[in-house]
Amino acid sequence: MDYAFIDQLWVARIPLLKGLGVSISISLASIVAGTVLGVFVGLALVYAYRPVQWLVRGYTDFIRGTPVLVLVLASYYVLSTVGIDLGPFQAGVLALAVFCSSHVGELVRGALQSIPKGQTEAAKAIGLTFPQTFAYVLGPQALRQALPAWVNTAAEMVKASTLLSIIGVGELLLRTQEVISRTFMSLEFYFFAGFLYFVINYGIERFGRYVERKTAVPS
Amino acid sequence: MTNLLEIRDLHKRYGTVEVLKGVDCSMRQGEVISIIGSSGSGKTTMLRCINMLEEFQGGTISIDGQEIGYETAGGARRRKPEREIARQRALTGMAFQQFNLFPHMTAAGNVMLGLIKVKKMSRDQARALAEKWLDRVGLLSRIDHYPGQLSGGQQQRVAIARAIAMNPKLMLFDEVTSALDPELVNEVLQVIKALAEDGMSMLIVTHEMRFAYEVSSRVIFMNQGRIGEEGNPREMFLKPKTERLAEFLKTSTFN
Repeated sequence: MDYAFIDQLWVARIPLLKGLGVSISISLASIVAGTVLGVFVGLALVYAYRPVQWLVRGYTDFIRGTPVLVLVLASYYVLSTVGIDLGPFQAGVLALAVFCSSHVGELVRGALQSIPKGQTEAAKAIGLTFPQTFAYVLGPQALRQALPAWVNTAAEMVKASTLLSIIGVGELLLRTQEVISRTFMSLEFYFFAGFLYFVINYGIERFGRYVERKTAVPS
Repeated sequence: MTNLLEIRDLHKRYGTVEVLKGVDCSMRQGEVISIIGSSGSGKTTMLRCINMLEEFQGGTISIDGQEIGYETAGGARRRKPEREIARQRALTGMAFQQFNLFPHMTAAGNVMLGLIKVKKMSRDQARALAEKWLDRVGLLSRIDHYPGQLSGGQQQRVAIARAIAMNPKLMLFDEVTSALDPELVNEVLQVIKALAEDGMSMLIVTHEMRFAYEVSSRVIFMNQGRIGEEGNPREMFLKPKTERLAEFLKTSTFN
């Protein structure tokens, strides 16, 4: 690395930082929205009436079988043809959140179904209602169960946020590409962007480990 | 005076298989009844109907005169609302073969959950009761241990404390020693015996014949979804009246 790169990095610091901020916003928004939606998806997959279950199962299977890029493009270009006009940021976040929700839904379903039936029966036997059983017995166990996989999904969302560059969202990758087209320093700036993504995901992973440790049940 | 438990013509089907074919049973306050019989005879199912862990298609079960699980209005039989069923489940306490302790809560937490959420006690009240009952089952020193840190016998004793702390009118024991290593069986049976001596009303599904003989005021022998024979333990074990019971006792170990 020579000083030319440092110089150019300094020159490009504002757009790159803004890009980083946008990337983080996209990731955060889609993880939060996707997780909230995904918990409902998971609950529906386990507890809803049959027809609702089938409907939701269709939704998750369809979403999970579709490339994220296709979802992003569809959300931006197709929705506008049916009169829903979203900006690239909103359309992109919507696509990622939907994608995230189908994955989180599966995680929640798996976690809930891995809890032995005896847990529900024991909760019933002491007179807990179903909402209470869920809040104090099933939920906390499912949460611990799903956490490691959820951290993975969160990291995937950060990576998937780069796809929004295709529809012109000024996130980190698009800003990096713009800088490269001006400076022709593709190697350096791609490495730099890659490094930033790594830092974010490494942070998420460390945070996940920390929460896992904090909530571990002694045995 | 009404009986504590009154079961009338109880019928239970799984699909087309009828597992309970009309069971009648009544039980007075303070009685300890052991239910014996080979596997598939319907003894566990009967127990699970009493607290609505199983639905049943015919007959009635009443505890203290309250009809459990279903109500009949205008000739139509309807399942009671869930909230009401949850409330009725608290009339009974149950201990399971697999303990079913909540693994993410300490021994105290397991006992306190129902006290706080169902009985609406304060944390302090609940903690005091948890201490009392964990002491009674000999586990006060393990009060802040998690189930994963306890032996099978200890877990089962916590599970019994969890059920009994709710102050049920009737305790249901579903093969509570079947999943335990032989050397751990006794500590659990001792706890149940102590409860019997306190006058707790109990229905005990068990394969421990010696225990059933010693602890019960009455024994019920279930056979193919019906009560095959019932009576006091002395008569039942020493002078069985039916061929079936004699046969069953021969194949089970009385030790």
